[in-house]
Amino acid sequence: MAQLRAPFPIIRMFLLFVLMSLSSQTAAQAIEVSDWPALEQQARGKTVYFNAWGGEPRINSYLNWAAELLEQRFDINLQHVKVADTAEAVSKIIAERQAGNDSNGSIDLLWINGENFAALKENKLLFGPWVEEQPNFGLVNADRFPEMREDFTVPTDGLESPWTRSQLVFYHDSQWLEEPPKTIEEILAWSTANPGEFTYPRPPAFLGSTFLKQAILELSDQDPALYAPVTDAEFERITTALWNYLDALHPTLLRGGRYFPNSAAELRRLMGDGETSLAMAFNPNEALLSVRTGELPASVRTYVLQGGTIGNVSFLAIPYNAQHKAAAMIAANFLLSTEAQARASDPNHMGSTTVISVEDLDADARLEFDNVTADLAAASQEALSHKLQEPHPSWTPALERAWIQRYSAR
Amino acid sequence: MLRWASHSLILLLAAPILLGTLIASLPAFGYFPPLGSTEFSLAAWRDLFEVPGLTRSVLISLISGVLTPLIALILVFLYLASATGSKLDLWIRRLVSPLLSFPHAAAAFGLAFLIAPSGLLSRILSPGLTGWERPPDLLIVNDTWGLSLLFGLIIKEVPFLLLMSLAALPQLQTKQRVEVARTLGYRPTVAWLKVIAPSLYPLIRLPVIAVIVFASATVDVALILGPTLPPTLSVRVLAWFNDADLNLRFLAAAGALLQLGTSMLAIAIWLVLEKLAAILWKFWLGTGNRDRGENLASAIGRSAMPAVLIVVAGSLLALLINAFAGVWRFPSAVPTDWTIQHWLNSLANLATPLFNTIVISVSSTLLALLLVIATLESERLSGNKKSTAIWLLYLPLLVPQLVFLFGFIVMTEFAGWQPNMSLVIFGHLLFVLPYVFLSFSEAYRQLDPRWSQVASTLGASQFKSFWRIRIPLLLAPCLTAVAIGMAISISLFLPTQLLGAGRITTITSEAVSLTSGASRNLISVWAIVQLSLPMLGFMAALFIPKLVWRNRRGMQETR
Repeated sequence: MAQLRAPFPIIRMFLLFVLMSLSSQTAAQAIEVSDWPALEQQARGKTVYFNAWGGEPRINSYLNWAAELLEQRFDINLQHVKVADTAEAVSKIIAERQAGNDSNGSIDLLWINGENFAALKENKLLFGPWVEEQPNFGLVNADRFPEMREDFTVPTDGLESPWTRSQLVFYHDSQWLEEPPKTIEEILAWSTANPGEFTYPRPPAFLGSTFLKQAILELSDQDPALYAPVTDAEFERITTALWNYLDALHPTLLRGGRYFPNSAAELRRLMGDGETSLAMAFNPNEALLSVRTGELPASVRTYVLQGGTIGNVSFLAIPYNAQHKAAAMIAANFLLSTEAQARASDPNHMGSTTVISVEDLDADARLEFDNVTADLAAASQEALSHKLQEPHPSWTPALERAWIQRYSAR
Repeated sequence: MLRWASHSLILLLAAPILLGTLIASLPAFGYFPPLGSTEFSLAAWRDLFEVPGLTRSVLISLISGVLTPLIALILVFLYLASATGSKLDLWIRRLVSPLLSFPHAAAAFGLAFLIAPSGLLSRILSPGLTGWERPPDLLIVNDTWGLSLLFGLIIKEVPFLLLMSLAALPQLQTKQRVEVARTLGYRPTVAWLKVIAPSLYPLIRLPVIAVIVFASATVDVALILGPTLPPTLSVRVLAWFNDADLNLRFLAAAGALLQLGTSMLAIAIWLVLEKLAAILWKFWLGTGNRDRGENLASAIGRSAMPAVLIVVAGSLLALLINAFAGVWRFPSAVPTDWTIQHWLNSLANLATPLFNTIVISVSSTLLALLLVIATLESERLSGNKKSTAIWLLYLPLLVPQLVFLFGFIVMTEFAGWQPNMSLVIFGHLLFVLPYVFLSFSEAYRQLDPRWSQVASTLGASQFKSFWRIRIPLLLAPCLTAVAIGMAISISLFLPTQLLGAGRITTITSEAVSLTSGASRNLISVWAIVQLSLPMLGFMAALFIPKLVWRNRRGMQETR
């Protein structure tokens, strides 16, 4: 019997340990978002499951770097959960709520914007407000750049923290196409004269949807109705021109419009293979980065359409049932720091456009962002300053659905 | 004890699938409380039938569901009939396992990189033979009617059905029976088709049906090779499930049930074809014809397999070149420069998924083998009656993955389980088990019972005769089953992704998430890693019996 008694203290210690870890978790639920030092304390030793699109190796490597620094400085273990489509993560959160999992969610931090954000916000599936309590939030100068508080016209209400900027740009292979078309209408004229040299990703791939939005903004002269929730009547009125345009454009596209690439990457491959002469991207540096890796020929040039192109900001959000909210906030704040943003904007690393208001920085800090040297393949900063705002998020699924309805079974 | 094991096994596996399907299908009839819908309705079905191009999506799924097994089976039978025992045959048998180990996604990528307008084939022929300075504007991959999808599926299923046939053939005394037919004057190919084919088919019937379900419901191959306007039904259902617009859930659920129905319809069409074939065979046997069709059948049979081999080798070559290619502009046949940069870029990311892949595939396969042997032994000991519930084992192959996995996730969350390794292993087990069972059960059941009887009369216990007689005699099919189980586990995407919540990554789940944005080079690197893992398993399955039985001529023949 004496021998048998020995294991009990160990079991009791184990139970105690389990109870302690349970209670510390309960403590972590009570979060005071304005008490940043306390948050840092709570975040120690926690894991942040960061669900972010995993299709771009450059971004994946960048997040590896961020994970290392977070480990060193804050004792936070950042795990990049690579998703093929952010909508999958949205589905996941819904499935968790469906199962009544309101406090042990599998996602701590989420890369998101547009209709995915609108869906989560509308269903109250996001934690917050917390964003403006971040020490680094001031860097984006949201008073001067209202797009930091507005996601496709929907107020962010402190539920998502700015991470990176995107803008629709076009690029062309100057070996086959010297003078690229400068407007949506010119694209049609050029493609009609040169069939089979242009295509766009199939909606609902976000780049394809963005092309539709760009086209409708130009064709409708930026009709104000696009910035309000979509109604059947307005949709009918405004989109007629778009369908006429696409009906004329599609037969002139690659494969006669009977096939569309499924992503920005496939679009890029098509140009790399010499199949197309004109393509588009949502990262202004994409063509430049791809020329550097040899994926695109050196003859590729980037440009922006005459009247400007759609630009948006993408954000980081925390689901309402995230397990480690404090750690997620610390991670988001770190990703918004000058150091992390400077590295992200470096073409040798991630090559994105920063959300920080660089002009407001002091001279030393500004130098860190001075890394996009003049490159033939890049678009000029002047051209990039012509931005169009994203329509209301309800337009995106409406356009996507109508496109699928019209063109997916021809 | 064994009996209990086999019953609980069936329950354990069938319950999540049946319940999962049930839970996932509630929204199809309007019941989905999280979206505030507690009324049953048929609205989702009305929406579904208004989806543009739905008929074509279903039709393409149906066509690939029926034609894939039909063409693959014809090729395999003609090959076995015409080439058994030839030099070609020895060569093919050595290659069939590595061929099979090509994961579907990797094979599909390889094929796409081979036959696309800017693919390897076109680059080799251009500009010399074709005059193309730029790739021709031809819709080859992702064609409207799913021909390249069908082609890719056939290439993948021919080795599978061949291996299944080879595993079953030793039970049929092929050589002796063909010889008897030949002494009656039948030419060799005709003799095989008349004598062996009718008894071989029943042994591989379940694998054939699994091929039907797979071909009609595949997601990954259809994503890579299938049509896009509209895509196959399975791809559309997945897209609806993943859509941020939550109201599409109802549509997705109805679509998933339609997918179930489509796969069932494909099976029903197949059963009709079976009846027709039986009538045809009966008539053909009755004619007593001894040589008509011999030359044609033999020519097709002998060229089919090398043709499949050449396509697979070409796909592999395309992957290899892309994995090491630097700059490679059309129409150069080879890259301008070579690099290992793609491998260096992937190296850091490979370790964890590789480790997970091995842990998951080994544990799920060994568990499956244990359960399968327990079931088969209990079946044998209880008087060789096939258990009536055994068909439940095939549920994971008969119910489209998408449907029950979604419901399954909801269930695990009700139970409060966090995504973890054991959950993923269990998910894999659901898919590995039927394949291990499919590939092992026939060989096990067909093993001459007199071996065990002799052992018993010599005083050996049941246990001893199991370990010393049955397992050694069945070593080759057993190892084949293990290799197949591991290959299945390695190539699974959806269960890993859904049950591991993306936190547990395998080579396959990483490769598939790369495809949404990575370059052809990087995809090739991951595809090569993905395909080399199961290949190692098949090599082992091939060489271990040879090594163990190197001095037993009778055992050599069975492989």
